[in-house]
Amino acid sequence: MSRYSAFSIFRNTLSGQKNWQRAWRAAEPKPAYDVIVIGGGGHGLATAFYLAENHGIRNVAVLEKGYIGGGNVGRNTTVIRSNYLLDGNTQFYEFSMKLWENMSRALNFNVMFSQRGQLVTAHSADQLDGFSHRANIMRLNGIDADILDRDEVRRLVPYLDFSDTARFPIHGAIFQGRAGTARHDAVAWGYARAADGHGVDIIQNCEVTGFLRDGDSIVGVETTKGRIGAGKVGLAVAGHTSVLGAKAGLELPIESHVLQAFVTEPLKPLVDHVVAYGADHFYVSQSDKGGLVFGGNLDGYNSYAQRGNLGVVREVAEAAIALMPCISRVRLLRHWGGVMDMTPDASPIICPTPIEGLFLNGGWCYGGFKATPASGWCFAHTIATGKPHPLIAAYGLDRFRTGHTLDEAGAGPCAWLQ
Amino acid sequence: MLRIECPCCGLRDHDEFRYGGDASVTRPAHDDPDPQAWYAYVYLRTNPAGPHREFWQHVIGCRQWLVVERDTRNHAIASVDFARKLPPRKSLARKSPA
Repeated sequence: MSRYSAFSIFRNTLSGQKNWQRAWRAAEPKPAYDVIVIGGGGHGLATAFYLAENHGIRNVAVLEKGYIGGGNVGRNTTVIRSNYLLDGNTQFYEFSMKLWENMSRALNFNVMFSQRGQLVTAHSADQLDGFSHRANIMRLNGIDADILDRDEVRRLVPYLDFSDTARFPIHGAIFQGRAGTARHDAVAWGYARAADGHGVDIIQNCEVTGFLRDGDSIVGVETTKGRIGAGKVGLAVAGHTSVLGAKAGLELPIESHVLQAFVTEPLKPLVDHVVAYGADHFYVSQSDKGGLVFGGNLDGYNSYAQRGNLGVVREVAEAAIALMPCISRVRLLRHWGGVMDMTPDASPIICPTPIEGLFLNGGWCYGGFKATPASGWCFAHTIATGKPHPLIAAYGLDRFRTGHTLDEAGAGPCAWLQ
Repeated sequence: MLRIECPCCGLRDHDEFRYGGDASVTRPAHDDPDPQAWYAYVYLRTNPAGPHREFWQHVIGCRQWLVVERDTRNHAIASVDFARKLPPRKSLARKSPA
């Protein structure tokens, strides 16, 4: 694999840009691998990369039923932040943030990580108190956090509704300056290319249809490209964890729900940060092409349809205009739906499973994208060593049975209420 | 859009309804001491990609709780019926003779 650099651009210019190598090989499956990662999204590819990079396990295949970047890694709204409150989440997401900060260099691929800062508006004194609590916890964990009063918020984001008629007046905000966005496709492509550079086979259009067993343990997978043996199998198939998990015999606390995202027509630079609306579920950032990218609540009922319903479009538009009246006449360019693994406590599941040889990385509710590098790093460690990485100790499957749920969203056991 | 044929009110937009989750899970009897039964009831879901029996309440209408069978891949609705027609659950305590 040739490295990307200013010099490689210059050299390829001389030959008319005709001699660029493929970013990764079009691999065909070998009869067996040390590790098979099912799911060629951000998490699966990151897992394969860190298996090779950190643990020297290079006889690895990533099986993707569609194409790289065609699943949830291409369906999110690209927000990256680490403003969490609970132990177990705080440290994990901050570790992820640190990996993001060095990702373009580590992968030799520009993932366009832009630390533009994220603020969440507070709409009552009580909410601002809650945010102060969270900011204190973040600072105690070495994470940057600031509490802004109303005037400071107004100076930073003057286009929000600061009028006397605002239904939920802005009292202040919690601000994380290191938060931001990244180019989601580039993350998938960067990890794919870097993993391929370590010898990982990335096999596209290869759907896993079943598991091969030796007694109780899993020793491979059945796919649309035939049987492939494996020492260990890692499941990283956001949205469809239940479907594949059931084939392996896993009973999971997961419901699949559709979450929609939206892009407006391109505008001149307006939104410099990522802004989240504390009075409703709405958040917005502006893409490099100028479109406002935003999202809101789940559609709220079980769905694998990868498309949403208009009711949520209306709700999100209402929240958008309540927060930013200036965009009331901006047209929506498109919207799409991704299928989320909703867990009862809105936290992910990364752990070895009760089935020998099978490891699980799933249950990513809204927040899978920002977790991509840390999730891959910790899942690779878990697969390589057979034991959970300390940073994901709280994300075990058993936490629901033992009562150690990590309920950051405070939403209770009803996935559709999150 | 998802539209549900309410047995009382006729065909209505799903915005009039509130989702109530998987209707195939059965609540253990209130005095059931088995933690596994409660764990399964509260947390575990089959979450099928295909036909799914689920509760909906017609909140902006007759307020009846309904059981809807819907395909989670394409939202096609196969049947709608009153949830009150589900068989009643029995308490463990009543099973044992007094």
